[in-house]
Amino acid sequence: MARSFDVTRQPGFTMIAIACFVLLYLPIILLVAYSFNAGQSISQWEGFSLRWYVSAWDNEQIQDATIRSVIIALGASLIATSAAVLAALATTRTTPWRGQTVAFALINQPLMVPEIVTAVSLLIFFSMIKVWTGYTGLWYLVIAHAAFCIPFAYMPIRARLQGMDLNLEQAGADLYGTPIKVFRHITLPQLWPGILAGGMLAFVISLDDVVITEFVKSAGQDTLPTYMLGQLRRNITPEINAISTALLAISVLLVTAFFFMSRTRK
Amino acid sequence: MPDPISSTARTRAALLAPAMAILIFAAAGPLIIVVLYSFLTPGDYGGVVWDFSTDAWFGVLAERDFFTEQLSWADAHLTVFWRSIKLSLLTALLSFIFGFPTAYFIATRPRRSRDIWMLLVMIPFWTNLLIRTFAIMELIRNEGTINTVLIAMGLFTQPVQMLYTEFSLLLGMTYVYLPLMILPIYASMERFDFRLVEAGYDLYATRWQVLRRVILPIVKPGIVAGSILVFVPCLGAYVTPRVLGGGKQLMLGNLIELQFGQLRNWPLGAALSLTLLVIVMVALIFYVRTVGAEERGHG
Repeated sequence: MARSFDVTRQPGFTMIAIACFVLLYLPIILLVAYSFNAGQSISQWEGFSLRWYVSAWDNEQIQDATIRSVIIALGASLIATSAAVLAALATTRTTPWRGQTVAFALINQPLMVPEIVTAVSLLIFFSMIKVWTGYTGLWYLVIAHAAFCIPFAYMPIRARLQGMDLNLEQAGADLYGTPIKVFRHITLPQLWPGILAGGMLAFVISLDDVVITEFVKSAGQDTLPTYMLGQLRRNITPEINAISTALLAISVLLVTAFFFMSRTRK
Repeated sequence: MPDPISSTARTRAALLAPAMAILIFAAAGPLIIVVLYSFLTPGDYGGVVWDFSTDAWFGVLAERDFFTEQLSWADAHLTVFWRSIKLSLLTALLSFIFGFPTAYFIATRPRRSRDIWMLLVMIPFWTNLLIRTFAIMELIRNEGTINTVLIAMGLFTQPVQMLYTEFSLLLGMTYVYLPLMILPIYASMERFDFRLVEAGYDLYATRWQVLRRVILPIVKPGIVAGSILVFVPCLGAYVTPRVLGGGKQLMLGNLIELQFGQLRNWPLGAALSLTLLVIVMVALIFYVRTVGAEERGHG
């Protein structure tokens, strides 16, 4: 036989796969390309320019939304990651215990319940609290984001913990290390990559959220994504592409970092 | 000295407390209030009046004529339900048609390059859903890239209306959720032993027979998982139909939003949300049953 018989080959599959990758990236690449357009249009190329980045940078609404997005994402990912570390310590490397079904159901709930349903329930609940307390600040958004970030922070931390050797901690305890000391000097240094990965995921998830933010935010509390959604009704300029490109860059960077961090672990 | 068992239980409870408190406060607890709200009467300016009523639940599928008090099917709602379910199923199907060969392609690459291909699938998945939807919108709108190219080539004189149609929703949702199909199929195929395929060919099977009789049965749990993972978020989709449907092609998520916005019928919105939740739960239970049974069967 001139050509060896490849058992893994299926006719047409490679073509579909290549088409799939092209389709996945083409819209994003075009979106990024037109953010550098000199003209007003998002589909007719009129030369390279950074004018839309400059105009986005100078736009006060965008500045406010960016700062708000970052504050919320930092707050939410910090809270979610801390809570997730403690929860992972409590639920990993133990024998089955009473109430574990409930605990896991609660942790996974944000992944199972459709976002729109959570958004509606938070709208109802928080508007009640807003009436009772009169407080309308950013904390509602931070707490709401922290809640749906918990499962994303929890998963990598738990995975990391499961691969860790309990003997080291027991040795530490045998040498009269207090639980706090054992945690600080033995558990935490080993757990650190998992915590960092979980925190990064939580940050990206919070930064990208649209639906829950849209329903929970009070007037004048736009984040970058809800600001972009609000611009839909107006004439769309490459300014939106410029913001998108910036957000994309952050996500791609963090996801790639996450990928290589979880790969070196093996 | 404290009893060691109860002390570990207490430590565990203390460690779990912050996460549980946040989740109960901002995820699980509010759901219970939604149940309560679905049995109340709408207030004139949004919100509710605290009078018990089952009207909202009737309103999910039926409507009462304003003058004659006659009950009839709520056609507008049925249309939206039907569109949501139909488009979610079609999206799952389309994602499978594109996702299965792609997962297969990645799984048959040399071990070292597989991770890089998977990273290429993951990157779009972890980037902002709104941005990806915008990218599709810019591609298919009347002044968008596709229409500009078609007209420049002289194929059409008028732009083809693609935005704000069911086609645009289908395209957008497939684009956005495709990675959710590829991931589980790839996961179930990654450890696939291709000696089984070789054995099939030795027994004079054709490529199609090998695919259908050897490969598909083994990766079936991945396919079921992928279909559920695509179907469920499609059903509750809000952003994609809002951007690409433009208020003309409502899906369940948008219908729910309308009740809290313009229509000011919070109880009906609550009842619709719970209906969506029930459909999703049924899909998830179906998933657990099929995949669970499958695994027991193989075990």
